[in-house]
Amino acid sequence: MELIIAKYNYWIYIMLMMIGFYAMIAKKNLVKKLVGMNIFQTAIILFFVSTASKKGGATIPIIHKGQEIINPAHYMNPLPHVLMLTAIVVMVSTFGVALALAIMIYKKYKTLEEDEIIEILRNRR
Amino acid sequence: MNIAEHAPILIIVLPLIVSLLNTAVGLWKRDLCYPIAVATLGVVVLLSFNIMGSVIDAGKIHYRLGGWAPPWGIEYVIDHLNAFIAIIVSFISFIVAIYSKRSIEQELTKSKIPYFYSIYLLLTTGLLGITVTGDVFNIYVFLEITSLAAYALIAIGDDRAAMASFNYVIMGTIGACFYLLGVGYLYIMTGTLNMADLSRLLPGLYNSTVILAAFAFFVVGIAIKIAFFPLHRWLPDAYTHAPSTVSALVASTMTKVGAYVMIRIMFTVFEPRFSTEILPMSEILGWAAFAAIIAGSVIALGQTDIKRMISYILVAEVGYIVMGVSIGNRTAFTGAVLHILNDAFMMACLFLVIGAVVYRTGTRNINDFNGLELNKKMPLTMAAFTAVALSMIGVPPTAGFFSKWYLVLGAVVAQKWIFAAALIFSSLVNAILFFRILEKIYFRAAAEHSYDDGHETIVRNEAPVSMLVPIYVMAAGILVLGFYSGDIISKVIQFTVPEGF
Repeated sequence: MELIIAKYNYWIYIMLMMIGFYAMIAKKNLVKKLVGMNIFQTAIILFFVSTASKKGGATIPIIHKGQEIINPAHYMNPLPHVLMLTAIVVMVSTFGVALALAIMIYKKYKTLEEDEIIEILRNRR
Repeated sequence: MNIAEHAPILIIVLPLIVSLLNTAVGLWKRDLCYPIAVATLGVVVLLSFNIMGSVIDAGKIHYRLGGWAPPWGIEYVIDHLNAFIAIIVSFISFIVAIYSKRSIEQELTKSKIPYFYSIYLLLTTGLLGITVTGDVFNIYVFLEITSLAAYALIAIGDDRAAMASFNYVIMGTIGACFYLLGVGYLYIMTGTLNMADLSRLLPGLYNSTVILAAFAFFVVGIAIKIAFFPLHRWLPDAYTHAPSTVSALVASTMTKVGAYVMIRIMFTVFEPRFSTEILPMSEILGWAAFAAIIAGSVIALGQTDIKRMISYILVAEVGYIVMGVSIGNRTAFTGAVLHILNDAFMMACLFLVIGAVVYRTGTRNINDFNGLELNKKMPLTMAAFTAVALSMIGVPPTAGFFSKWYLVLGAVVAQKWIFAAALIFSSLVNAILFFRILEKIYFRAAAEHSYDDGHETIVRNEAPVSMLVPIYVMAAGILVLGFYSGDIISKVIQFTVPEGF
């Protein structure tokens, strides 16, 4: 029990990730797959960002002018946030490309259900 | 300012900038896009040869982006292995770009050609970025640039391409996210993202479960990206339905660069002993590679679409490389790195030849080759095809023989007889696969003609010169690489073998 409470951020991220993973693999609707993909990626962002925080009221790392003594324990680690800014850009573009593909598929087959598309492809052969 | 000094960043920035410019130029003059793209890639090839030269002369190159010292800033580190992969990637994308003109004009509407070349250059940017960077997070970013470009390029293929590309997006994203999680775990434990820094800090933490999890995430993520056997399902679909130019580029470079990332993570970021002693990953990968080789070859036997057949052979070839890496001795590793080069050339050449056949006849079905009389219609293309087919089988003077020889020898030295047997089995299956096609091309036509009057003359309909020249560069490359494989090993590959082998 203590393990769960002490590291609750990891538990949450793993649960979210598994929800997304399930949707990506098991859902038949292509847009639902993409929503799952988004949850999956957001879970990873959450994981990174949560690793940056520190206990005991650490704040954002903005240093005042003339401030000389800097105690790292008072500030959050900015690097994971910066990494996630990059990762968010990557994820948004992946999502965009995937949605564009979904539109393309819809125009071609007039449906977004995977099993119906497979059916159409099978009949065409 | 010395240009050669900045070559590591130029090979990335140049295609990136031109890729953006190309879209703008395309609005003004569409015909300029092709020469600009080809010229840019030509410069990139020269630059990567230049990098190789300075690595051979002076050893590792360290390039600091923006002048920031390594653990804080991003550092590009280029040793023999990087420079080697960079040459393969840039050279093949250059040759395939030359080839692309006619085939893309046939497959795409005219207004979209500038975008094609933009995305093409973006793909090259991503691939070269992965090869030169010395930062694990940077690899993730470039991996995604590459994948995004590949999703778009594959989607412009034939009727089913959109669906194939969609499945690739789903699988590719899972792979990239696993890789990113691996990076996150390493960062939690060490607080650094620089490869050299990581390899210095990690040995003290090898027994931590977090590091074990990170390593597992890395391997699974990359395995999805290189279509390693149980995770290969997206590859045959995507590569079959992509346009022929794109298949040639993507099949020959993306899996190879993925294999490079795997080598880097396993042997540079982690020490070689980690994957043998602490986590038995080499053993697992070895057996998975065994399964990949057998399954890839056997499934390829059942295909009638020639592109799909070659895609399954590619799955087996990825198995070759991973097997060579996992056996873990000097000979096998040499074979694996040499096979990265040879397989890149063979895959590019095969897909280029098929592209030419599709361009002229419009069919990819092996059974249709019967009545086509390809040996008379396209004799030069078919001659090149024969050369590649012999190399795929592993007939001595061709390149394919030498890498397979080292791989089999490495397996024998390590006394893993079953692995050696799998490699030989796959070569035999390749012989069946390719002779089946060669028979249809060369002999079936003659047999059917013997009872024909022979009145109908076959019009010779060779592929256009802009397609034929790249095909022949690749086919000649396969022979030349075969003859000079000794030199390549002694000048480059022997320095890529990690310490402790």
